[in-house]
Amino acid sequence: MPINVLMPALSPTMEKGNLAKWLKKEGDAVKSGDVLAEIETDKATMEVEAIDEGVLAKIVVPEGTADVPVNDLIAIIAGEGEDVSAAAAGGGSAPKAEAKPAPEAPKSDAGQNTTAGDGHMSYARVNEAPDAAKPSAGGAPAPASSGGRVFASPLARRIAKQEGVDLAAVQGSGPHGRIIARDVQDAKASGATKAAPAPQAAAEAPKAAAPAPKAAPAGGAPAGLSLEQVKGFFQKDAYEEVPLDGMRKTIAKRLTEAMQVAPHFYLTVDCELDALMKLRETLNASSGKDKDGKPLFRLSVNDFVIKAMGLALTRVPAANAVWAEDRILRFKHAEVGVAVAIDGGLFTPVIRRADEKTLSTISNEMKDFAARARAKKLKPEEYQGGVTSVSNLGMFGIKQFTAVINPPQSSILAVGAGEKRVVVKDGQPTVAQVMTATLSCDHRVLDGALGAELVAAFKGLIENPMGMLV
Amino acid sequence: MSDTYDILVIGAGPGGYVTAIRAAQLGFKTAVVDREHLGGICLNWGCIPTKALLRSAEIYHYMQHASDYGLSAKEVSFDASAIVKRSRGVSGRLNGGVGMLLKKNKVDVIWGEATVESVAKGNEPGKVTVKETKRAEAPKGAKGAGSYSAKHIILATGARPRAIPGIEPDKKQIWTYYEAMVPEAMPKSLLVMGSGAIGIEFASFYRTMGTEVTVVELLPQILPVEDAEIAGMARKRFEKQGIKILTGAKVTKVEKSANAVTATIEGSDGKSQQISAEKLISAVGVVGNIENLGLEKLGVKTDRGTIVTDGLGRTNVPGLYAIGDVAGPPMLAHKAEHEGVICVETIKGLHTHPMDKGKIPGCTYCHPQIASVGLTEAKAKEQGFQVKVGRFPFAGNGKAIALGEPDGLIKTIFDAKTGQLLGAHMIGAEVTELIQGYVVAMTLESTEEELMHTVFPHPTLSEMMHESVLDAYGKVIHT
Repeated sequence: MPINVLMPALSPTMEKGNLAKWLKKEGDAVKSGDVLAEIETDKATMEVEAIDEGVLAKIVVPEGTADVPVNDLIAIIAGEGEDVSAAAAGGGSAPKAEAKPAPEAPKSDAGQNTTAGDGHMSYARVNEAPDAAKPSAGGAPAPASSGGRVFASPLARRIAKQEGVDLAAVQGSGPHGRIIARDVQDAKASGATKAAPAPQAAAEAPKAAAPAPKAAPAGGAPAGLSLEQVKGFFQKDAYEEVPLDGMRKTIAKRLTEAMQVAPHFYLTVDCELDALMKLRETLNASSGKDKDGKPLFRLSVNDFVIKAMGLALTRVPAANAVWAEDRILRFKHAEVGVAVAIDGGLFTPVIRRADEKTLSTISNEMKDFAARARAKKLKPEEYQGGVTSVSNLGMFGIKQFTAVINPPQSSILAVGAGEKRVVVKDGQPTVAQVMTATLSCDHRVLDGALGAELVAAFKGLIENPMGMLV
Repeated sequence: MSDTYDILVIGAGPGGYVTAIRAAQLGFKTAVVDREHLGGICLNWGCIPTKALLRSAEIYHYMQHASDYGLSAKEVSFDASAIVKRSRGVSGRLNGGVGMLLKKNKVDVIWGEATVESVAKGNEPGKVTVKETKRAEAPKGAKGAGSYSAKHIILATGARPRAIPGIEPDKKQIWTYYEAMVPEAMPKSLLVMGSGAIGIEFASFYRTMGTEVTVVELLPQILPVEDAEIAGMARKRFEKQGIKILTGAKVTKVEKSANAVTATIEGSDGKSQQISAEKLISAVGVVGNIENLGLEKLGVKTDRGTIVTDGLGRTNVPGLYAIGDVAGPPMLAHKAEHEGVICVETIKGLHTHPMDKGKIPGCTYCHPQIASVGLTEAKAKEQGFQVKVGRFPFAGNGKAIALGEPDGLIKTIFDAKTGQLLGAHMIGAEVTELIQGYVVAMTLESTEEELMHTVFPHPTLSEMMHESVLDAYGKVIHT
């Protein structure tokens, strides 16, 4: 039987992705482990590995196609000894896999998924993976392609009939998204019965994805001015149009949401860096060398900032928390994200347990993160989560700025350049190296005094940096 | 030696080796550790060798009743050592087969006793120490004692016979399944403690071979997990064969003399009696092998002697998984295999579902055979279902009569409201091969309608499965 290759879900939240590149041509032999294609997701580019052997019979979705829904048919592999052209023909005319929701990728607790990781993912194969996750709140139920066949077990059909549940409005969780009895019972319990408008909404959804109608801009960001309105302000030849990539859309969506949902307030503080600079020099001078003669570590000011934020969070435990709908999640260890600017956007890889890690560990981890971020090879679990982030624009000469909190985090520290300034000490003007930092706080989690306590703890550590060594 | 595996499975029983092979198929660098035998208890001291013994008993039984079929067999007898030899040969052959399968899939076999030292943290893999074992010689090509590292560690260490204090098996007079499987001679008399699948299979085997057998069961019903009606029919058949059965009875004391064991048995009425037998088989269940694995140090959550998992094989310690008997009941090989596959596919990131433990079939290979899946009639009622019950007797089936097997019953239990098949229970010839039809139906969530619309081939025993469904809805033809 030919194997249908489906658009894989590369992260738990991925709904669609761009088919960036095919690395195999039609007719190429495919072995398990071969890289078939590159998929560009919200933020990263991932390679899709084959888990079957055979011949790539047909490429259904050409490279360069944007916004391919997860679980859509993207290619067909003919198994060993199978007629390639028959497989291609058969698969091509096969009903397009209904827009099933993303397979529930397992939660990535402690490297759960890392073996499959290394920037590679195997695809969702029709006979293996694509079961359904629960419908996301508010999302239109997908399998109800209007008029199309609804796959449901006999028992599910009977219960639906008895209970008056419209199967077209039920999300299937069985193999291939088939509706099973439990789905109908769940749908009934959640009151999703007889949802007449839902099928229609679902039917329109696929169309909506492509030409960016007014209701749902392709960026997924809440609608501001429409495309026409914006264009109306400018001369036609005054601009060029730049299509949005996954990262740009994500940044637009997430940060707009953050500004609208999280009530921000800002706390600014000056930190004197003289002691830190001195310590940094001593530590860097003490670094051993590896076999190539390169120092084993080279600490940056930002590494100290990350460490100080990590420690400060654990010293002010109430601030080491995030907002979660109807409660607050409080953490034991500090997860500190660090904004890394790359061409066309940014990543915020997260340093886990920044409170516990040594400065050299943090420093080396950051170097690795930054390198891989620039190559877009970070794994989703490496840039998801975090309680706070550090955004440092000091290297651009910025003195002070405020940053937008990156959900689900509850704060972000905007760090400016360290520069010589005149400060007053013991009533006398004197010169010190000073860095201004501004913490944006989510007021749902942090009140002013709590935020100030966190900032004070941070300042204390920066100005007495020996505290970060023990 | 210190290669890092993606997946290291501890225990090469039916759960462990299947897990390892599936892991290798998914592209993981995989190893499996065992201290005694590839294929585990199932293949070496359980499911498989007992089936070989029971097959000998079955043929012996037919030979004794040859005249029923118009045949004659005179001076029918047996050679106990040859029966055991055949049984061991079957295990040996399959044991070698497992070795080949592992090799073919490039799974490394490591020989010895494994202890988990640590689990994977960040980029640091977990560590497993394997100590030399004297239990059995390593198979060819196996790696030896040493320190191994793996990103994911799966415990598949299985279970062992439960020992009751004061009645501990001594391997000479008080047996577990190990000794019961390799008798030097058939004992004249035998006391079987426990009437689950293991106890009943041995009772059936030894009775057929001419041993005086008494079965003692603590609960009021033999085969306690089976439907009461089926268990009652089984009891009648066993008693007709000459097996003495005491239910609601407890062995309170066992005394050993030179040639016999004498058990004091207290009935539910409080009266005591003493029964002597040459041997006693302790078949009072099994307990998980959770010791000496390093679980306490890692803080792994356990419950009543088994490891607690989340249904996808994950323990409370990230990077550590458990499947099969050691991960809790039902302790069946097919459950272990299925759990193992779910576990590694979950690690791979494939979309998996926890197993529905309500749809795991159970088979007992006594004579007559017993097979079941889903809820018993009593359990279904207890859970509040209005039930429709179908029954079809072997006596109404042409193939059963032709086989000379007119005793038996196929019982189906439906939810009257939805037509959901809640359970199926069978007793009689070959029912262990039939049950799978209903398991498929339940897994596909068939209602009575699809089962009625399904064409069953004639003449087969499977027609009774159809008729039983028809009976539940008052449409039965052949009764």
